[in-house]
Order: sequence, then C-alpha cells, then structure tokens
Amino acid sequence: MILELIPTTLRMATPLGFAALGGIYSERAGVINLALEGMMLIGAFGYVVGTQGSGSIWIGLLIGIACGLALALLHAIAAVTFHADQVVTGIGINILALGITEYLLPIPKQVGGLPHWELPLIGSYSFIVYLLPVLMVASHILLFKTPWGLRLRAAGESTEALAALSLSRAKWQYIGILLSGLLAGIGGCFLASEVHYFTKGMTAGRGYLALAAVIFGNWRPLSGVSTCFLFGFATALELANRWNIPGQLLHSLPYILTMVVLVGFVGTSRPPASLGKMKS
Amino acid sequence: MNIPKLIASVSRGRISQSRKFFLNCIPPLLAIFGFFLLCGIVVYLRGQEALEFYRIILLSGFASFDDFGYVLFNATPLVFTGLAVAIGYRSGLFNIGCEGQLYVAAFAAAWVGMHLNLPAFLLVPLCIGSAMIAGAGWGAVPGFLKARYGAHEVINTIMMNFIAFALMNYLVTSVYQEPGQMIPQTPQIHETARIPRLAPFVPVLPENNPLSFFVPVLPDSNPLNLSFLIACGCVVLCSIFLTYTRWGYELRLVGNAQDVASYGGINPRAVTVWVMALSGAIAGLAGVAEVMGYRYRFLDSFSSGWGFTGIAVALLGRNNPFGILAAAILFGLLNKVALDIDILLGIPRGLFFAGQGMLIIWLVGIEGISKK
Repeated sequence: MILELIPTTLRMATPLGFAALGGIYSERAGVINLALEGMMLIGAFGYVVGTQGSGSIWIGLLIGIACGLALALLHAIAAVTFHADQVVTGIGINILALGITEYLLPIPKQVGGLPHWELPLIGSYSFIVYLLPVLMVASHILLFKTPWGLRLRAAGESTEALAALSLSRAKWQYIGILLSGLLAGIGGCFLASEVHYFTKGMTAGRGYLALAAVIFGNWRPLSGVSTCFLFGFATALELANRWNIPGQLLHSLPYILTMVVLVGFVGTSRPPASLGKMKS
Repeated sequence: MNIPKLIASVSRGRISQSRKFFLNCIPPLLAIFGFFLLCGIVVYLRGQEALEFYRIILLSGFASFDDFGYVLFNATPLVFTGLAVAIGYRSGLFNIGCEGQLYVAAFAAAWVGMHLNLPAFLLVPLCIGSAMIAGAGWGAVPGFLKARYGAHEVINTIMMNFIAFALMNYLVTSVYQEPGQMIPQTPQIHETARIPRLAPFVPVLPENNPLSFFVPVLPDSNPLNLSFLIACGCVVLCSIFLTYTRWGYELRLVGNAQDVASYGGINPRAVTVWVMALSGAIAGLAGVAEVMGYRYRFLDSFSSGWGFTGIAVALLGRNNPFGILAAAILFGLLNKVALDIDILLGIPRGLFFAGQGMLIIWLVGIEGISKK
C-alpha cells in the first residue's frame, strides 16, 4: 500500500528538494528568498524552450539553469546591491517570471525527458532524483564542516563577523542567491522534464512549499530535504485519493505543520539571526 | 540632480512639505514612464507599430465612459488590497495574505447572502460585516502568532493563503456547490444581498441634448457598481484614520520607532494584532466587491492575484491612501489594456505581468537605495 506511493513521493519531492536546498543557501547567507517560485518556473520554461530550440535535452537543462541564475542575479542586484526590501523583490520576481513565461509561452510540443537510470531494488528514475540525496549530504558538509560554509553562514548570522575578517558580506550573499537560482532552476527543469510540456504557472506554489520545507527543516539541508520527502508523501496520498480523506486537507497539511513548527509548539525553528537585515 | 539623495533627504525631513510631495511623486512617475517605455520597446522589437500600441492604450481606457467604467470596475478590488497592504506596511508589518483573506471574506459574504432572506437594508450590512469579520479573523491569526510567539508574519500569511485556497476549494466543491452544476461555484445570493450597479443611477439624456457630452453615459452592461464608491469612502476613511486618530498615530509610531512607542505606553504587540485584523478586514472588502457587486455568488479561484497586485499598488501609491486610489486606477487600466492589446495586436497579456514585476523591483530598488 505504502510502497505503491514511493514513486509518486520521489517525483513530487525532487523539485521541492532542489528548491529547498537553494532556499537554504540563500537564507543562510541572510537573504530572504520568496523568488524560488519564479526561479523554478523560469527553469522549467528554459528547459522546454532550450530543448525545443536545440533538440538536445542537455542544452535545455543548461538553458533552464541559466534562466534560474538570471533571475537570481536580478534578485541579488536588487536585494544586496540596492538594499531593496527582499520580500517585495521576491514577489516582484515571481510576477515577472509568470509574465515572461506567459508572454513567450512555448508551443505545446512534447519535449524529451531527462535520462532515467535503472537501479536494482529502487527502480527507474530520472538521474536528478538520485542527485538530490547526494547534494543534500554534500550541502550539509559544505555548510557545516568547511570554512567556506562558515563564511556563508556568517553572512546570515552576524553583519559584523565578516567585516571583522575584512570579507565582503555582499559577495557571500551573491553566492548564496546564485546557488539558489541554480538549484531552483534544476528543480524546474526536472518538473518540466517529467511532464514533457510547459504550461502557464506550472509550478503552482511549489516554490512557496519549498520555502515552507526550509523553515520546517530549521534551515538545515538534511532536515529540509527530508521535509520535502514528507511533503511529497502528503501529495502522493492526495493524488492516490484513497481512505476518504478530503484531498484539500492533505494539500494544506504541509502549510499547517509549518505554521505549528514556526510558532514553536512542536520543536523549534530558528532563522539565521540577520535574515533580511541589510544595515550593519 | 541626484534623485536618490534628494529622496533620502526627504525621508529625513529636511525639505518643505510641498517640495516633499513633488519629490515623493518622482519615483512612481519614473517607474510608470519606464514601464510604458519598456512595453513600447518590446512592441517595436516585435515589428509592430509602437505608436499604434500607445494609441490603443489611451483608447482602451478613455474612449468612452463605458470604457472608463470598466477601468474603475477593475480598480475596485485593487483599491481594497492596496489599502490593506499599506495599513500593514505603515506599522512595519507585511501582509502577503490579502489573497487568502479576500477569499475567506468572499465566502462569508456569499454564505450569509445565500442563507438569510432579509430586506436589503439589513442583509447588505450583515453580509459586508460578516465578510469583514472573516477577513479580520484570517488576518489576525498571523498577527497574533507574531505578537505572542514572534513567528514571522510573511511566512504565516503565505501559509494561510494556501490553507484558505484549499479550504474554499473544499467548501465549494463538496459542501456548497450549486446543485446540478460542474462549475465549482455556490448558488446565487438573494437579490436583497446585492450591491447595485451604477448604470441605472446615471441619467440618460436625449441624443441631441447639448449637455449629453458632459454627462456620463453608462450602458446597462457595464459592471461598475457601488462598491467602487465604498472603495473611495475607504480611501478617505483610511487617510483620516492614519493621520488624525490616536490609533493611526499608534500604528505609525510602532512602524517607525517601536522603542519610542513602547516608552510612550503603547503596546506594540496589541497594535500588531489589531493592525493585521484591520488589514484583513479591508482586504476582505475586495471579496465583497466580487461576490455582492459582480458575480452574485462565490466562484472558486475568482481572484487573479489581486492580493499580490495590491503589493504593487501600495508601493506605487507610496502607502498613501490617495496615492493608492490613483495607482489602483492605473492598474485597472492596465488590466483592461492587457485584454485589448491581446485581441487587437495579438500581444499576449503576459507582457503586462512581466512589466508589473519589473515595476515592483524598480520601485523597491529606488526605495532601498534612497535609504542606504
């Protein structure tokens, strides 16, 4: 029963997981990232357009990632260089992505999916699915066990710490945001490659759900991505439509749980100390 | 002239009031100018006549009172959501939950309007009141969670949006769906719960009357209704509230200097809760305008992102109620133009959404750099 739900769970969790990892890099560097939704959407768009234009899924993947990076760069310029309100720029970017992709809506022609790898006992999934746990562990090591990660986190925790080491806070925030564009872009590419089409607003709130997973997972890669699997499982249950539970209840469960965790009834969730603060 | 520096000196209060007003207008006007320029360039690059594009924009909104009626009709919900965002923003709170609040409120209005059969003078205020209470409740929850537990209102309002979408979808597909219909919508509300359209109130003069040029002519098909006047009333009330009342002062003080507010005996936590409730109630009026003034029923996912456009409206109107009215009318015009250029020039509506996103980013960019 539960085993039947595993394939859907993995497919639903993978785009969320990539976006959530992206969100963690950006927010750990102290920049609120509501733009994940837009970055995923434009990533999916880039994949479909790139694949249609070149005939190669690899070029499509590259273009999808490049599109995600371009939006991330815009977010970084506005939020870090211009000190714009990060919440508002994030929403602006989401509206921009929705607009651009609707304006340049690609023709509804099927595109190829990313290659599937057959693994014993697990089954056949897109290689992106296998990449997620690898990146999850790598991100954990990178963020918490290396000087590089310490510096990135310092940008989000304390505005003075980096200055004391005469390092540029802006540079680390750019790195964090660009990484989030890269990862959310891959998440979008995966989304488009699984359904083989691009449709208007196809991310349907997944960027915000990924952000919820970041908060639920306390801004940590291991628990953040695990949360994505939990949320993916909730979606799989909803789609399986058994046991007479209203789908809408399962659909809103991740959001309710995130609010509960954020309030601190169950466990604690503590954001980076200087998240969203630009003044030193 | 160094505009960012000038704006910065305005916010520090070094310039006289009238100059301040004009300088405050510069960033929004620049952004609007940039927006139309950008759209024109895109149209030109498509190989179409940019001048023709601008002519259609003007004609689409101002060719007749009928057209302008549609502009004001489109603007109505945006006035409410813009005011809701601005009320929160003035006290340092970010209400991204307008979308959810207006859905909950719209459903409350529809529910009361369907189930109670009362004369109009009772039912209309009752519907509006219950909608505002529902919106206020949906807004007060994130406010309370922020005041009591320090949970960030941005995240909680986003979560509450999605919960509202799911809840409304459940109610309208499983409990209150109109019998025998596939469309996810409720039955119609009673006649007495409806907000009348403006067209019947506008006198129709004979064709050859010399005054007919000045008197607006609204055909009965025009959806503009009295809720636009409610919106205008709200603008005036919000302006008085913010500037001349004790509560408005408390709200702004908490937004500008929380420590000073606490020292002056104001409880910032209490202010946080009631400001979010008030913001939710005003956002709820956007749902009222839809259910009681236009569709006369609750239709699932009727709003095309009004709660999010409200953020752009508040930014463009610089969080001033009258500025918001002007900004909402501009966005009402853009929504109408977007349809017309799609039909007449074959330019997809997405162009205007993209422009709207750029507009938001520019405006916060200018604001950010002037505070730096």
